Amino acid sequence: MTQLHVAVALDGAGWHPAAWRSPAARPHDLFTAAYWTDLLAEAQRGLLDFVTIDDSFTIQSADHFAADSRTDQVRGRLDAALIAARIAPGSAHIGIIPAVSTTHTEPFHTSKNIATLDYISTGRAGVQVRVGGLGGEAALFGRRPSPPALSFETLATPEVERFIAERFDEAADYIEVVRRLWDSWEDGAEIRDRATDRFVDRDKLHRIDFEGRWFSVRGPSITPRPPQGQPVVTVLAHSTVPYRLAARQADVVFVTPHDPAGAAAILAEVRQEAAGAALQVYADLVVFLGADAASASARKEHLDELDGAELFSDARILAGTAEALADHIEELHQLGYDGVRLRPGVLPYDLTAVTDQLVPLLRRRGLFRDRYPATTLRGQLGLDRPTSRYQSISVGTDA
Amino acid sequence: MTRPRKQIILGAYLGGVNHQTVWSDPAAGSQIEFASFQHAAQTAERGKFDFFFLAEGLALRERLGQIFDQDVIGRPDNITVLTALAAVTSHLGLIATVNATFNEPYELARQLATVDHLSGGRAGWNIVTSSDAFTGGNFRRGGFLKREDRYTRAEEFLAVARRLWDSWSADDVLADTGSGQFLRRPDAGEFAFSGKQFDISGRFTVPRSPQGHPVILQAGVSAEGREFAAGGGPDAIFSPFHTLAEAQPFYRDIQERSARHGRPAGSTKVLPGAAFVLGDSEADAVERHREIALAQISGRGAQILLETVWNRDLSGYDPDGPLPDVDPDPTGPLVIQGRARIHQDALDTVSKWRALAASNGFSLRQLAVHVFGHTEFVGTPTQVADRLDAFVQNDGSDGFIIGSHLTPTGLDEFVDKVVPLLQERGSLRTDYDGTTLRDNLGIPAYTDRSSLTAA
Ligand SMILES: Cc1cc2nc3c(=O)[nH]c(=O)nc-3n(C[C@H](O)[C@H](O)[C@H](O)COP(=O)(O)O)c2cc1C
Repeated sequence: MTQLHVAVALDGAGWHPAAWRSPAARPHDLFTAAYWTDLLAEAQRGLLDFVTIDDSFTIQSADHFAADSRTDQVRGRLDAALIAARIAPGSAHIGIIPAVSTTHTEPFHTSKNIATLDYISTGRAGVQVRVGGLGGEAALFGRRPSPPALSFETLATPEVERFIAERFDEAADYIEVVRRLWDSWEDGAEIRDRATDRFVDRDKLHRIDFEGRWFSVRGPSITPRPPQGQPVVTVLAHSTVPYRLAARQADVVFVTPHDPAGAAAILAEVRQEAAGAALQVYADLVVFLGADAASASARKEHLDELDGAELFSDARILAGTAEALADHIEELHQLGYDGVRLRPGVLPYDLTAVTDQLVPLLRRRGLFRDRYPATTLRGQLGLDRPTSRYQSISVGTDA
Repeated sequence: MTRPRKQIILGAYLGGVNHQTVWSDPAAGSQIEFASFQHAAQTAERGKFDFFFLAEGLALRERLGQIFDQDVIGRPDNITVLTALAAVTSHLGLIATVNATFNEPYELARQLATVDHLSGGRAGWNIVTSSDAFTGGNFRRGGFLKREDRYTRAEEFLAVARRLWDSWSADDVLADTGSGQFLRRPDAGEFAFSGKQFDISGRFTVPRSPQGHPVILQAGVSAEGREFAAGGGPDAIFSPFHTLAEAQPFYRDIQERSARHGRPAGSTKVLPGAAFVLGDSEADAVERHREIALAQISGRGAQILLETVWNRDLSGYDPDGPLPDVDPDPTGPLVIQGRARIHQDALDTVSKWRALAASNGFSLRQLAVHVFGHTEFVGTPTQVADRLDAFVQNDGSDGFIIGSHLTPTGLDEFVDKVVPLLQERGSLRTDYDGTTLRDNLGIPAYTDRSSLTAA
């Protein structure tokens, strides 16, 4: 069986909206470098493959489609790609994957930001591409018309479906541009050749000349090819349209199965969309851990009570022992999942429980490594370092 | 009456993508590896510099449709690398040059506020306004701005950013587990702005950062640029004037404009870029400078530098021969694309250069070395310290953004040899006395002047 990968998703005080009120949380530190540095160090102590850092241009809200006026939940967040940059120099092995929105941002900027993160981390960068455009996001930029009014009722209307499908098509173009720009400097383009007075071999620099429905980008990038060549691209996906995006453009997809039958069905659909392409599939799980099942459930229920509602999540919620979580992960792995991405209910508590309890259990079962096998994230995930897509072009120009 | 000695502001500038950065020197290191940035920033902090500074160019330059290959190219994203430097420094300000034309205020204000949080209050933004269509080809916005609209956009951009930075008060995050209240008020971060360039509204996600507003620099010295720097709110202007003769009138002009806008004296700091060459004796320094200038400007490099003004293909002119006898072609299609244009009047510039070449007997390359290979501060450490100090005390500027021809170790000898002399004179701090970039520069917290005058 393939190597099992274990990642964690970091967001605010944890994935429960009342997490910040737990005595184990650090609610005063959420906007400090120390908080994020410590979380990364903890994840690295557990030899986890990578962390993702969530992000959104719109403020958190209990209402999925608009800002709310609650004052009892965490509101406010920093730019995830910059948190990633800030914590990268202090770490050595773990992958770092910030979320980046594709709807209002420039692919040229994103490409160089992530390439730079790859330089800073010496080859441990990735990106979680997020399709934006919902809620009040368009008004923050004022560049594009506001989307059709969204609610759970309108989600299935043709107008909204078309809107969403277009945003995902745009995201596919966006990743294409980001990837081409990463390749726009071939490896070895920098020659520092004193004899010919040339710093670069310009035949190894390429315009990307992308022209699509939403944007055109000329290139090349201003940033040389990053250490991994292609940093790792990930997508969170809940249905066919995003599965297709992941299949076309991502290295890793995070999916949200809620039971074994669903897990098998999602995996089959994603694999079919991918049509043999090397796409790794990870299941997302929200986790609350405890010494026994009852205390883990009690932890979650206490937070539900504080929040005034039972936790709602797109991903399956597991409150139980590390043993039970290990069973569940093993089951997913046997189904053919490449890994899991755990969303700790409370930070740093449930992250520490993962590294202290879950990881040793998985290791005892022969499912998890006891060291980092590589120095880059691609290496970690068993992905080759690809040559630039433009390499053959320059070799062939003489013909 | 003697006035108190001015404290010299020092910024460190890591070599960019231009002829000044010599890559052919065996000691030249990588311009892109993080270790290079880390070395330079830590050196600057060792020298108690105020800040570290990075320039920006958003398209690889081209000459006659082909990418420049003789200069150093290949840069990181400024804000990203500066944020990482916050991890390996503790007091040094971190100033990113970022273009106001090819970015959106919501996103950039968010990034800058984030850097300010993650660095404990050390963020700064150098606003540049280059806006050519060539660079626009890399962006979904495409297009470009007319020259006269650049500062309109920059000014409004900054106004929007300030509104976003003010959308959270310092005490909005309570995180009070006892009462269960995270926010003090339900609408923290709410904003709306409606102007000619931007019409946006919503809730900003970043709580108020340690400095409230990052420090703002501006680079651009046209009348509009000066007016923007003096009146529109930047804390400092990055100036291209290196001789006292040019720098003093510029300095006075900025102070006068600033006073006209009702700002207290010294509100707009003036900071020219400056390079140095040290030697054990003056003759030694001059000789070293000559070698460096020749390494910076090869024969081919000289032709290309003159092409930036002539706007003609000069590859047929012998670098060791006389200046090209043709006139410049300022209105023709651009020979060099993607370079901030500083020499505005080509005909005037060329006639001055012709006179200079005639009176000194300069060849094409010698003229290029004279004009573009000029280094302001050449001498023994004592001489360089004297001249830097005199330049500031005589109101040529408030300090310098210091660069070197060598990445990443060029600054080392400046910090080892010149900094202690400036400290001995009492013109440079011997230790940091605050923690934020505003503390370093002695710039008070930003207050909205429009509301002050209205009151
Ligand atoms: C000292 C100095 C440094 C500059 N650095 C940059 C830079 O790093 N990136 C950039 O895009 N433009 C840079 N510029 C260009 C300016 O932003 C501006 O576009 C140009 O100076 C023309 O504006 P002006 O007409 O007001 O002088 C710089 C200008 C000056 C004077």
